[in-house]
Amino acid sequence: MDYSTLLQILDSTVRLATPLLLACLAGLFSERAGIFDIGLEGKMLAGAMASGAVSALVAASVAWTVWGVDITWLRNLMPPMMWGLVAGVLAALVFALIHGVTSITFRGNQLISGVALNFLAAGMTVLVAQRLFQQGSRTPALDGNARFQPIDLPFADAVKDVPVIGSAYAEVISGHSILVYAAFAVVPLSWWVLNRTRFGLRLRAVGENPAAVDTAGVSVVRLRYQAVLITGVLCGIAGVYMSTALQAGFGKDMTAGRGYIALAALIFAKWRPVQAMWACLLFGFFQALSFRPDVVEAVVQVKVPVPFLTALPYILTVFVLAGFIGKAIPPRAGGQPYVKER
Amino acid sequence: MERLPRWADVALVPFVSLMLAAFVAALVLLAIGQDPWEAITVMVQGSLMTANGWGYTLYYTTSFIFTGLAVTVAFHAGLFNIGGEGQALLGGLGVAMVCLFIPWPHWSLALIGAATGAALFGAAWAAIPAYLQAKRGSHIVITTIMFNYIGGSLMTFLLVDVLRPQGKMDPATAEFPAATHLPSLADMPGLNLFFTRDVPANVTLFIALAAAVAVWALLWRTRLGYQIRAFGKSEAAARYAGINATKIIMVAMLISGGLAGLMAINNVMGDAERLLGNSASGAGFIGIAVALMGRNHPIGIVLAALLFGFLYQGGAELGMWTSIPIEMRIVVQGLVILFTGALDVMVRMLLVRIFALFPKAPRAEAA
Repeated sequence: MDYSTLLQILDSTVRLATPLLLACLAGLFSERAGIFDIGLEGKMLAGAMASGAVSALVAASVAWTVWGVDITWLRNLMPPMMWGLVAGVLAALVFALIHGVTSITFRGNQLISGVALNFLAAGMTVLVAQRLFQQGSRTPALDGNARFQPIDLPFADAVKDVPVIGSAYAEVISGHSILVYAAFAVVPLSWWVLNRTRFGLRLRAVGENPAAVDTAGVSVVRLRYQAVLITGVLCGIAGVYMSTALQAGFGKDMTAGRGYIALAALIFAKWRPVQAMWACLLFGFFQALSFRPDVVEAVVQVKVPVPFLTALPYILTVFVLAGFIGKAIPPRAGGQPYVKER
Repeated sequence: MERLPRWADVALVPFVSLMLAAFVAALVLLAIGQDPWEAITVMVQGSLMTANGWGYTLYYTTSFIFTGLAVTVAFHAGLFNIGGEGQALLGGLGVAMVCLFIPWPHWSLALIGAATGAALFGAAWAAIPAYLQAKRGSHIVITTIMFNYIGGSLMTFLLVDVLRPQGKMDPATAEFPAATHLPSLADMPGLNLFFTRDVPANVTLFIALAAAVAVWALLWRTRLGYQIRAFGKSEAAARYAGINATKIIMVAMLISGGLAGLMAINNVMGDAERLLGNSASGAGFIGIAVALMGRNHPIGIVLAALLFGFLYQGGAELGMWTSIPIEMRIVVQGLVILFTGALDVMVRMLLVRIFALFPKAPRAEAA
């Protein structure tokens, strides 16, 4: 394998790791607050569909009028992709809110709620996309400013001929959409919020011992809702990235289990943000490899079946869960609804 | 919270949950510009009004009884087995091995062999998550999800690279020999008066019903069943009473996986007669909805499986005859799981409020 092939694979690693990373950090906030969320997949899917649909609709619309009043200025406030971003986040928030109501307010089983919402999202996205566009549950192909386009970082063009470092900078680090850089910026931000702010301390406490937080006069319900809503926002962005940056439009079941890989990465990272980034990059790397079986074969000199590469993140996670690579201890109050003593 | 009367607990709560799910489903249909009444008419017409429709409805019902029972046995041990899908896929592999590589003289013997293979492979796929839960404390929900994906990849690999006959393009095994052909309901004396054309529902239906009886007997009439239920109610108390936690987790999950695997004799041996990719096609997940809807009791599960059989066949009819996408049935499935499973407390609160409006006889023991 030559250096340029390696760079290509690393480049797609970054692109494929981004939705995993956003979903993983989303799950991090929820689970650190004691709310298990296996509905990351569904929220991503909802976000992907809503943003794909709204970007396409806004891009195709010329003038907006409400009751005869021209409000086209509203449309022109931001480009279609930003409308898509807003819509995607809102759609994921709706699902996050349902999860919050069932698992916090009505103290339902968080796992069952997550399973239900995944099915709901899988079905609803197809129904809505089919209703809006009649294109076999796809949304129309996006281009121009209906998509998040790759942006070139400064000097990328100038240094791309510098051997090793310059080409790596130009290939791997530069040339992604703004959402990729945003996702990686959320990593230190999450670390800071969780470890250096009062909100983060309380959030973690509520996942370990909600009764203590309650005794201190802080609302458990309020904190958990905040955590679940953060999860919704991040999952929404992950979905937006899927349909308006990684691909050009929504297609049925396009997240293809990424929500579960993110969950796996979260366990692999033992519920910590920086480690989550490395886990997502590793799993993204496996995904990138599964698209290039020829390269894998050339490197290891043995024909590796593609399904094996696809399954690797899951196999690794089972090993982690089994405690063979350090012990993964989830937040102690995770999955248990909090009942105030009376 | 005040207790509900027993009849309300057994019948009214699931009924109200179901009505809420149906109501929201109707709203969804209205929102996408469809007529809910027309939808339900098409569904009933296509699944319950013709012999052919019943043939498909009962075919789906058979699969869902198996996966529903699988989820239930694990539930009673306090374990949430989301891995029914993967276990059913592996069960299909077991069926294929038995049917392809052993020359069977008669379908009845082949059925016994295939059922054994299906149950063993399904149980084996549940064994690793069960062991990890019992011995290393890994959360069974996450491990079984992982095993669904690993199972899917394994089947893709086997079907594409190993079991696919030479010169064939599609990832599937060869056709099973004719001797392993299971009689469909249309082949049976008596039933063939009703089913005049060949239908996918087959003799496996009776095995599913027998499995429901067996699970009932196991859980409520044996020492092991008592231990499983005691363990599910309170792990600490069960341990204190001398119940071996590792054994219960392992046994419950092996039975659960075996039941999920058994589903494969219905779809792989009874219908497709060869092993295709994604053979379980979601039935493993529907088991969750069926178990919740059926209140984790075999009678409830048979009824809930019939309901979902109707929904599945009806949903397929919707996809065929109306502009409502077939995915509507996934929406309904999600809504049923949401209302019967996750929002159980909400429905109960609601009913308790309503019951409080009608204070009939004064109850001394209340409060």
